[in-house]
Amino acid sequence: MIEAVGLTKRYGAKTAVDDLSFQVRPGAVTGFLGPNGSGKSTTMRMILGLDRPTAGHVTIGGHPYRSLPNAPRQVGALLDAKAVHGGRTARAHLLSLAQLAGIPARRVDEVLGVVGLRDVAKRRSSGFSLGMGQRLGIAAALLGDPQVLLFDEPVNGLDPEGIHWVRNLMKTLAAEGRTVFVSSHLMSEMALTADHLIVIGRGRLLSDMSVTDFISANSADFARVRVPENAPQEREKLTSSLIEAGGSVMSEPDGALRVTGLPLPRISDLAHGADVRLWELSPHRASLEEAYMRMTQGVVDYRSTDDAKAGLLEPPQAPYGAYGPYGDAQGGYGAAPGAPGHGQPQPAEAPQQSWYAPPPPGQNPYATPGHAAAPHPAAPEPSPADAAGTKTSEDPR
Amino acid sequence: MASVPAVLNSEWTKIRTVSSTTWTLICAFAVTVAMSAALCALLNATFDDLSEAEQATFDPTLVSFSGTVLGQLAMVVFGVLVVGTEYSSGMIRTSLAAVPQRGTLLFSKITVAGVLALVVGLLTSFVSFFLGQALLGDRGTDLGADNVLRAVVGAGLYMGLIAIFSMGVTAMLRSSMLSLGILVPFFFLISQILIAVPYAKDVARYFPDQAGSKIMQVVPEAMGSDPSPYGPWAGLGIMVAWVVAAVLGGYLVLKNRDA
Repeated sequence: MIEAVGLTKRYGAKTAVDDLSFQVRPGAVTGFLGPNGSGKSTTMRMILGLDRPTAGHVTIGGHPYRSLPNAPRQVGALLDAKAVHGGRTARAHLLSLAQLAGIPARRVDEVLGVVGLRDVAKRRSSGFSLGMGQRLGIAAALLGDPQVLLFDEPVNGLDPEGIHWVRNLMKTLAAEGRTVFVSSHLMSEMALTADHLIVIGRGRLLSDMSVTDFISANSADFARVRVPENAPQEREKLTSSLIEAGGSVMSEPDGALRVTGLPLPRISDLAHGADVRLWELSPHRASLEEAYMRMTQGVVDYRSTDDAKAGLLEPPQAPYGAYGPYGDAQGGYGAAPGAPGHGQPQPAEAPQQSWYAPPPPGQNPYATPGHAAAPHPAAPEPSPADAAGTKTSEDPR
Repeated sequence: MASVPAVLNSEWTKIRTVSSTTWTLICAFAVTVAMSAALCALLNATFDDLSEAEQATFDPTLVSFSGTVLGQLAMVVFGVLVVGTEYSSGMIRTSLAAVPQRGTLLFSKITVAGVLALVVGLLTSFVSFFLGQALLGDRGTDLGADNVLRAVVGAGLYMGLIAIFSMGVTAMLRSSMLSLGILVPFFFLISQILIAVPYAKDVARYFPDQAGSKIMQVVPEAMGSDPSPYGPWAGLGIMVAWVVAAVLGGYLVLKNRDA
């Protein structure tokens, strides 16, 4: 159990971590998310007693790190993959760490096998790739068979096989009842690995909830309904009958309707009853990546000024298919819902208009009440107030 | 609480598993012995060309340590690298996460590296001495003569203390490059130049290397040098004070700064 209370770190005028309080519980993988420079690593370093908090405190199992008895046997950490003397062999590096905690040399060979570095154990780590460095760092964290594990960006530089392995490793460690705290800036990665999410931005807590809650709070299903373009009266007729039936309707810039609160068959029935032809009736789902982007939108420190390559920053991973290519001008609700992976990848030809998706109507916890309750069609503009997250600094619990 | 023997053991593993340790120490030994031997042979051949004052105060013991001026630089590099590579590689964070007691980590590291440097220093001084005396032939001396053993042991201590001083300075500066950039010119140039400049030498003789090297002299005012206000042991004491100050400074920096 890791517990931070009012954790604050200032470097001169810059506040890296601002009044952060959270708990990391055993038996679960807790994801620690935030954009670059949001204070993740600083927080990790404070947990490990490397940096002194300006205010507040953080404890592991009730003790400040520096007063933990035999820390290496209780806490394992991967902070920086390349934090290794390059002239030392992988085995010698681990051996020097093992000796600190009275761990036998046999265990060193064991963890080298676990992380798949046995063949290069006698090689100097300066020749290691980033991925091999990560594996060596993970080996060091596992060395003392600790109950609490911290990993700072563990999948950086790993190949897909390695990422898969790290994912399973985290889950296994958590299933054994350990406390696993993993930082990442990739929501997609965390959605697959973590049970619980702590999201920070600019050093402040943005969200602290389980992944399931995060999904239900942040990604909303909706249906897109399109009527023939030359029939505005049919559109109005359908809109009023949908609202009558209890749905909420918003219009999208290209004339399509965004319907929430009604299942697809019901929408079809209503259209049939109103004698309206449909050109499109499709289910959609906002992705976690979008929800995360929206949440951290206002707190990104390092933002590129040119959006021409913005799409590259969102790795299109199939199992998390509900995000990625944005086919429509509204920007964001690309793939189909249902089982992850079913989302047919749409070609990302249309330029993405903004960094984040506008909130799904009616169910966005960050939207202003006026937007959410809008009974009449109203395009949700990504207003700066919404985007910058007037409420993002609050804990949405 | 990481126990001290465990940390010592770990630091020993760290030192013996990098090749820079071996190379810098071999370098310190080889350079000192070779240069001392060369100067002994040269002085023996050109003894008659020396001035009268130099001939009168000829110190065969000191002459056999003349390679120390250059050899100590390798000791400086050794001391700097032992501490500095922890910072340059980022290993310091891994180390401190494993040993949250920072004093234990630093003092264990300095103990292990310092003892190793002292052993190599003593080996160097004895080999230098015997080789030098052999080359000096009739003008040489032997360990049984007055104060000679003190000078030979002192020369070894001097080499070790230079390395420990460098470790302390590097712990304060937290960078190999910065430390080398300051220490090497200081010992090789600044100190050597200032000691030859009138008035400046009154200050320079209290520098760690100048004060500490007095222990290598058997003949007072050897080789026509100036009389110094302190004796050989007091000189070494001044050097030890510098070393303690540097190590203490390094400890305070490590203890109080974020890693």
